Amino acid sequence: MRPDRFGDPAAVRALVGRIGRLAEGLPRRVTFMEVCGTHTHAIAAAGLRRLLPSRVRLIAGPGCPVCVTPVGYVDRAEALARRPDVIVTTFGDLVRVPSSHGSLERCRAEGADVRVVYSPRDALAIAREHPRRTVVFLGVGFETTTPTVAAALAEAEASGVPNFRVLAGHKVMPPPMRALARDPAVQVDGFLLPGHVSVIVGARAFEFVSSELSRAAVVVGFAPTDVLQGVEALVRQAVEGRAEVENLYTRVVTPEGNLAARAVVDRFFEPADAVWRGLGLIPGSGLALRGAFAHRDAGLVEVEVCEPVEPRGCRCGDVLKGVIDPPECPLFGTVCTPAAPVGACMVSNEGSCAAWFRHGA
Amino acid sequence: MTARILLAHGGGGRLTQELVRELFVPAFSNPALAALSDAALPGALPPGRLAFTTDAFVVEPPVFPGGDLGYLSVCGTVNDLAVSGANPLWLSWAVILEEGLEVELLRTFVAGAARAAAEAGVQIVAGDTKVVPRGKADGAFVVTAGVGVVPPGADLGDHRVAPGDAVLASGAIGEHGATVMACRHGLGGEALRSDCAPLGSLATALRDSGVEVHAMHDPTRGGVATTCHEVASRSGTRIVLEQEAVPVRPPVAAVCDLLGLDPLYVACEGRLLAWVRGDQAERALEALRAHPQGAGAACIGRVEARIAGQAPVVLRTPYGSLRVLDLLAGAELPRIC
Repeated sequence: MRPDRFGDPAAVRALVGRIGRLAEGLPRRVTFMEVCGTHTHAIAAAGLRRLLPSRVRLIAGPGCPVCVTPVGYVDRAEALARRPDVIVTTFGDLVRVPSSHGSLERCRAEGADVRVVYSPRDALAIAREHPRRTVVFLGVGFETTTPTVAAALAEAEASGVPNFRVLAGHKVMPPPMRALARDPAVQVDGFLLPGHVSVIVGARAFEFVSSELSRAAVVVGFAPTDVLQGVEALVRQAVEGRAEVENLYTRVVTPEGNLAARAVVDRFFEPADAVWRGLGLIPGSGLALRGAFAHRDAGLVEVEVCEPVEPRGCRCGDVLKGVIDPPECPLFGTVCTPAAPVGACMVSNEGSCAAWFRHGA
Repeated sequence: MTARILLAHGGGGRLTQELVRELFVPAFSNPALAALSDAALPGALPPGRLAFTTDAFVVEPPVFPGGDLGYLSVCGTVNDLAVSGANPLWLSWAVILEEGLEVELLRTFVAGAARAAAEAGVQIVAGDTKVVPRGKADGAFVVTAGVGVVPPGADLGDHRVAPGDAVLASGAIGEHGATVMACRHGLGGEALRSDCAPLGSLATALRDSGVEVHAMHDPTRGGVATTCHEVASRSGTRIVLEQEAVPVRPPVAAVCDLLGLDPLYVACEGRLLAWVRGDQAERALEALRAHPQGAGAACIGRVEARIAGQAPVVLRTPYGSLRVLDLLAGAELPRIC
């Protein structure tokens, strides 16, 4: 498994060396947060944390869509799946996320029709095959995923597939970044901005990080050299006392993003308040289906859902905020493991706890 | 013969006989099977220790580039015997069919099984057919069992794996799993092909090379990482794999990247992993490379002593950092971005 040119070992060594020399000029230890699960995974898989000088700390923020999905959402999805006239379709890692009393995986073993798909369009195809049942797609994910769901909705509207609905749990990144930057318990000097999200929303959408929050930020890709270049830029800004937004992922990210994708999302969804697991309610951080598309809203399908039960002792919230590293949670590695996850951060490959457990720091 | 399998094909009557006489017996052609007695009596075992294994096969899609359910069902059992140090001899081939299955597809599986048996030099001497109503199975399930004999004096197993051993792979990994998954998701490309193959002669070539071979495995479900985990656990050692040395072909890497999978956890069906005495690694590689199935052989890691608290399997990245390779928690799942 030889890395491609973006993972070239010589280039990585050179970058690590440069970061080390730059870091000597830092007035204190600095902390940078990545807010994209794919970054968390990429950093862990290449073991990048261990290559950085001790004065540079990387922490993972709430960037894993599965991890920030609240218990109540999974409870509702389960309740829907238990209806015989409903097929629930979902991206894979959501099936193992603990709900109040089980998970979609267990619910499926008990007879519920839960199907893993790779794309919302696969869910749409299932809806066409089963015209007498309601096919619900679990719409979880950030700005990168939402356009694909919106595109499936557009196709359902255009080609007349009345039985396709979405349980909207989509989230957007800027509001939690604002909340984190303003939280006195969280110390973040700069952000590694989510590369995939930026492809859709454009680098300009993150200007607020410097103008409003006075933090440094860089848009970066996912190869080792991408991430390290980002870290180098953040260290340089810290040394020079700057707080700017830089785009280092110019091979795919433009200032304005993907306008077609943004338009289709805008057609179907509108900003709404949303609950983030561990972070609580954040105003304007979610996307709800517009009233005109109520017939597509699986949230309006009547099901009985109890008050959600959060796992006891789980510190996912503090992990998601970067306040603690996963091993500092009392459940980590003992009662909470990838095989038997208690908190959502242990479920997905991209979850901080799972990445930490699997790959080490 | 009808175009599709009927429930009556499993009833033991005329249609069952037709299936056996027209399809199975000619394809698997050997006297022990042709006798059609209650139990096959293929002959006396050569000297050595008996090796016996069984495996069940379900694959979607049932026909894929590089093989099919039938071919796979023979390779799987032959390979389990071969990596145990045994010379595979006789197999059974039982099939559970779903009512309505196209007979042509069954013919493909039977031909595939016969081809694999011929390549592996084994005989399919016993079999059984059951048919279940439509919807009670998915096309066809195959179960094979096999016996072989470990020659006198040979002793292969994880108990012999020790610090200092080299870990060898006979070729590029993840090819079977990546091919099947690419088919499932419509990502097929001509560059992808399952590595599915019987490993008997490759294993023999390595055993006969004079190199001190401690253990062999075929990294099927769970891939190379999972197999290494099992070996490290059973031998109480630590295995350090070198990321850059693990052969992964670019199309396999691309499919895995797209589907969010790690090639180290993706199944191979025709690759051999061998643990050999460290100072004989080069000679072992030469022996493997001299065989057509081992042309892409590489040394992918080393065995070390494990200190308490250490992870049993780690991967050294090209950047010098070590990454823990843990067991998969469950089925490998596609992820959300």
